[in-house]
Amino acid sequence: MQAVSRLVDLPTGATARVSSLSADAGLRQRLEALGLRPGQAVQVLRRGWWSGPLHVRVGMTELMLRRRDAARVSLAA
Amino acid sequence: MSTIAVLGMPNTGKSTLFNRLTGHHAHIGNWPGLTVDLMQADLQLSGRSLQLVDLPGIYDLRGHSDDEAVVRRFLERSPVDLVLVVLNASQLDRQLRLALQVQQLGLPAVVALNMADEAARFGVSINASALGEALGQPVLPLSAKYRQGLETLQHTLVAQLDAGDGRVAVVPEALEERLAAADADLDGAMAELVERCVTLPSRWRDSRSRRLDAVLLHPVLGLPLFFLAMALMFQGIYAIGVPVQEALGGLLDQFGQLVLKPLLAPLPGLLQGFLLEGLYQGLGTVMAFLPVIGLFFLAMGVVEDSGYLSRAAYLMDAFMERLGLDGRSFVLSLMGFGCNVPAILGTRVMRDRGLRLLSMLVIPFSLCSARLNVFLFMAAVFFPPRIGGLVIFGLYLMSFAAAMLTALVFRGRFPSNEPLVLELPPYRLPTPGQMLSRAWSEVKHFWIWSRRFIILGVVAVWLLNNLPVGVEPASSASLAGQLGSFAQPVLAPIGINPKLAVALLFGFIAKEIVLGGLAVIYGQADPAALGRAMASDVTWPQAVSFMLFTLLYTPCLSTVAVIRSESKRLGFTLLSVAWSLLLAWLVSLVAFQAITRLS
Repeated sequence: MQAVSRLVDLPTGATARVSSLSADAGLRQRLEALGLRPGQAVQVLRRGWWSGPLHVRVGMTELMLRRRDAARVSLAA
Repeated sequence: MSTIAVLGMPNTGKSTLFNRLTGHHAHIGNWPGLTVDLMQADLQLSGRSLQLVDLPGIYDLRGHSDDEAVVRRFLERSPVDLVLVVLNASQLDRQLRLALQVQQLGLPAVVALNMADEAARFGVSINASALGEALGQPVLPLSAKYRQGLETLQHTLVAQLDAGDGRVAVVPEALEERLAAADADLDGAMAELVERCVTLPSRWRDSRSRRLDAVLLHPVLGLPLFFLAMALMFQGIYAIGVPVQEALGGLLDQFGQLVLKPLLAPLPGLLQGFLLEGLYQGLGTVMAFLPVIGLFFLAMGVVEDSGYLSRAAYLMDAFMERLGLDGRSFVLSLMGFGCNVPAILGTRVMRDRGLRLLSMLVIPFSLCSARLNVFLFMAAVFFPPRIGGLVIFGLYLMSFAAAMLTALVFRGRFPSNEPLVLELPPYRLPTPGQMLSRAWSEVKHFWIWSRRFIILGVVAVWLLNNLPVGVEPASSASLAGQLGSFAQPVLAPIGINPKLAVALLFGFIAKEIVLGGLAVIYGQADPAALGRAMASDVTWPQAVSFMLFTLLYTPCLSTVAVIRSESKRLGFTLLSVAWSLLLAWLVSLVAFQAITRLS
């Protein structure tokens, strides 16, 4: 079993549960306000061209976030 | 007079609800300690005088963005009698946070669950009365877009104010401390409330958005489709707008010649000339372009409200990231094609200073509707219709190229590493009424905003052309002629003659004045006659140079003012002005010299 998996590594179409956020206060607040909180299920819908952002769904909300920022979201195995 | 503050997250239809409640009578209000403008409106509900204040959309009362600080400062300084919390009904699983925060502050509130129609379509069902009981605030499902539940909301607002009579509106004490103290329990409380009062669908039901995204966000087709849509949109705007504009221009000229001229005949010659050839011609020439501008705002409104604009941010982010910008900068630049001023104000959503400054440096190169006026007119005068369209398209490409070049040149000076997390709302069908009323208020705003500058500018152009008294208007002996000749050493190499130089000088105040100014300079009100007068004075390479210069140099004084107030740095403002002037001169020089030498 993988020790830590990150949202950025989640295959397109797959769903996993958020375990923790390792972001500064500003980004953490924004992520949580948009629904990316520990315990929530998140699904990767698609990835942008040329290493573009991820399109994800969490709860009833769809978001785009950059891969760099998605690397800060850890997933429960 | 009671004060109601309207609070909500972005993408909740808060402004639509605000407009529905106030019926477009909003104005910009002054609030102590706030550097930004808030829209507010006075209205009468069941005999009560109210003022409604539209606060900026925020995610979190404890958030770190400028807008979130503005809301906090507003709540700390301005006593409100009631807070109207607007939430997106289908996203209560995360939006209830804001209602809970308001509850923690002990502010009397009414919670509006907007877009209830959409929530029902997605299979979200809400027990509003249980939610209201838990929050201790009335909770009302409604749809501002389809005018459902608005009367109940109005009654509830009045009832809550009546119930609070005798209580003095106060500001919450120790706002930040109280929010911080309760923050740890917030997520738990929200999850518990959602569990109890909201039933979410077992699977995502918005198949329409899913299917559209599969095409519109396609890794290969997405971008070409987006640019195709934009190209079609602009084509459509010109195909409808230009004939209307020409007809309106002719009509206004007829009115001036047949009605105003005889009316003004008794006045002294100089005053008569000033009113008719100065003021009326200038205003009329610009007014004729309002239909095109209205269509532009209409189309942009549809793109924005349909949800496609945020998809543009998704599609363009990878590219913009490499320019040191992000998807939001692209969307703001796109909005800048309407008017640069609100686009620059929009950079407030960016927290990173470098990113914000770089975006502010790039946005003024967006070909705004005021500049479009000039180009539509000049393209029609100097080129046959088919080539005219290409010229306009080329100017749009030039606008993009200048923005990209600027980002690449200054990327190193304004570095940033701001994260980008944006909501992609479901696709929505904008209602015609909503779009029309929105375009109408944008045009009204544009007209009121630009009228001041147009009147000032046109008066100044006319005076420069007709002073000293007795001089042949706009001749080399007039003030304008002298000024134009004075600048010739710099402007002659780019093909700008003294008359065009005066027009450019006034374009610095606002591009809206350029056409009005040209009408005054050439003494021709009717666009067709003005065109003939210009064509006999200016060659087409000169016209191209003039258009390029107009495209690239400082958009208008308002933009300079807003860059100054938003960046809070004089040096940066000067850099922005100097860079755009330099770029304009260099590009015009290369274009003019190349064309004259090749042909």
